[in-house]
Amino acid sequence: MLRLIIRRLPALAFVLFCVVTLTFFLIRLAPGGPFDRERKIPPAIEAQLLAKYKLDGPVWKQFTGYIGDVARGDLRLSTKYRNRSVNEILAQTLPVTFALGGIAFILATVSGIWLGAFAAVRRDTVSDRLAMGVALLGLSIPMFVVGPILVLVFGLWLKWLPVGGWGSPAQIVLPAVTLALPFAAVIARLMRTSLLEVLNQDFIRTARAKGLTDRKILYKHALRVAILPVVTYMGPLAAHLLTGSIVVETVFNIPGAGGFFVHSILNRDGFLLGGVVIVYCSMLIVFNLLVDASYALLDRRIRVDG
Amino acid sequence: MVEPGTAARILRRPAARLCLAVLAAVALAAAIGPELFPESYREPGPLQYAPPSWAHPFGTDLNGRDVFYRVLLGARISLVVGLAGALISLFLGSAYGLIAGYAGGRTDNVMMRLVDILYSVPRLIFILIFINAFDGHVRNFAAQVDWPWLMSYSRIVILIITLGLIEWLTMARIVRGQVLALKERPFTQAALVLGQSHAKIILRHLLPNILPIIIVYLTLTVPAVILDESFLSFLGLGIQPPQASWGSLLSEGAQSINPLKIYWWLLFFPAATMSATLLALNYLGDRLRDTLDPRR
Repeated sequence: MLRLIIRRLPALAFVLFCVVTLTFFLIRLAPGGPFDRERKIPPAIEAQLLAKYKLDGPVWKQFTGYIGDVARGDLRLSTKYRNRSVNEILAQTLPVTFALGGIAFILATVSGIWLGAFAAVRRDTVSDRLAMGVALLGLSIPMFVVGPILVLVFGLWLKWLPVGGWGSPAQIVLPAVTLALPFAAVIARLMRTSLLEVLNQDFIRTARAKGLTDRKILYKHALRVAILPVVTYMGPLAAHLLTGSIVVETVFNIPGAGGFFVHSILNRDGFLLGGVVIVYCSMLIVFNLLVDASYALLDRRIRVDG
Repeated sequence: MVEPGTAARILRRPAARLCLAVLAAVALAAAIGPELFPESYREPGPLQYAPPSWAHPFGTDLNGRDVFYRVLLGARISLVVGLAGALISLFLGSAYGLIAGYAGGRTDNVMMRLVDILYSVPRLIFILIFINAFDGHVRNFAAQVDWPWLMSYSRIVILIITLGLIEWLTMARIVRGQVLALKERPFTQAALVLGQSHAKIILRHLLPNILPIIIVYLTLTVPAVILDESFLSFLGLGIQPPQASWGSLLSEGAQSINPLKIYWWLLFFPAATMSATLLALNYLGDRLRDTLDPRR
């Protein structure tokens, strides 16, 4: 496992470098600069601002300087939120985003695996059709529709749950469910297909011939193997959750990093944008590495090559 | 290969017929519907936030525009973006998958590793940055060469291209898997022995055999691209007003929800149209896949 991590490290560092480079130059391509206001700023002040935010001099020098700072862990100052560093903003907002994403992750995997297994065991019955119908529905309704509908029903009509904000456990329920729903649907479908395939294999027939109960076969033998495609999906899932959290944070007014991300693009706040992208991508890279490692642990037959 | 009875077999189910009818209705309404509205319905009017009535079956919005008209306009853009984006991803994905699968060995390994990496990067986030970086430049270019259509549709064009550029990964994986299996079959080996060029083998022997699978995944990519587009537009970074897509309409609808007054029709009608379309596409795609690709 350690060897796997070490062997992957150079490639992953390269990916991260590409991501930083892409973001750095793309935001510069966008028309308008970070200090464009309705009134023109006098040139002397503008020069001073550019110097303060290290945006002066030739572009390649700015770039190498930025890479150096990032490597030291300094994500620089935000050009929009004056005198606040990107590190500071991210330290405040990322825990919120990750908490939301983490809860949605657990919710999506647990309910998805359960629903998929439920449907597979009852193959071609009414329960199966119903479960898969629900999954198809969850896949087809975008979360920015589910979110407002949940707010409308549980927040405004029934008044069971708060409509937005962040802090109390009750405020987490609606956003987490909204974020998890489409991915629970994907996992349920994956799980059903995979479990059906596994249940047809020889080792299951052997277990049945030995006289094991259906319950034992399912929990001790089948699920362990059938879960592998779901584990492979966990990497992309984390990426989708981070992207989805941007919408969910907007719908539920949650003070996470998503709002800052959207505004940083509109404000041409390059360093804030870069910071969010770097942290998101490195999180995902580390997470994928863990998924690959756990994959090897789950199924000894698979050798994961670097 | 597709057997002649495939379509008939799928359409024997009432649910499949219903889905096809929904899709045909939405596509037809999007294509000709907006032209049927009288002039007064197309512009902002004095009637703000009118609830659904006979005159305005879907109600009106903040600017007194008819929501039914807006939903059809949105359907037009969403469907065009979905279809065109999916087509681009189809070409990219199948070309990539064909090359990787046919080459095999080290090339295949490296190419598929790249796909794995791209899978785990938040691709939509880069699209957001991309659109905002290039929109202005494309507009300038359009002004220089005097292409008024590109001026007004620059965002849509960029959206289609970039969404096509990110949604090809699944297609590439599927096509590669198929090619790996077909490559070992006797007819491919025979073609090779007969001295046919690799390009000819790929285009004449492999491509026709994987075409059904490609079409299945095309039906499943269209709803994915429509969802992506609506995501970007919902955040206000995709389609810009006065143009409308389902995502931008839903964004207006979601903003109109507040404890004081609920304009539910602004959310309900775009949501219902969009979800019905996506549901129908996903359902038909699923059925097609089950019929043509029994392995999955």
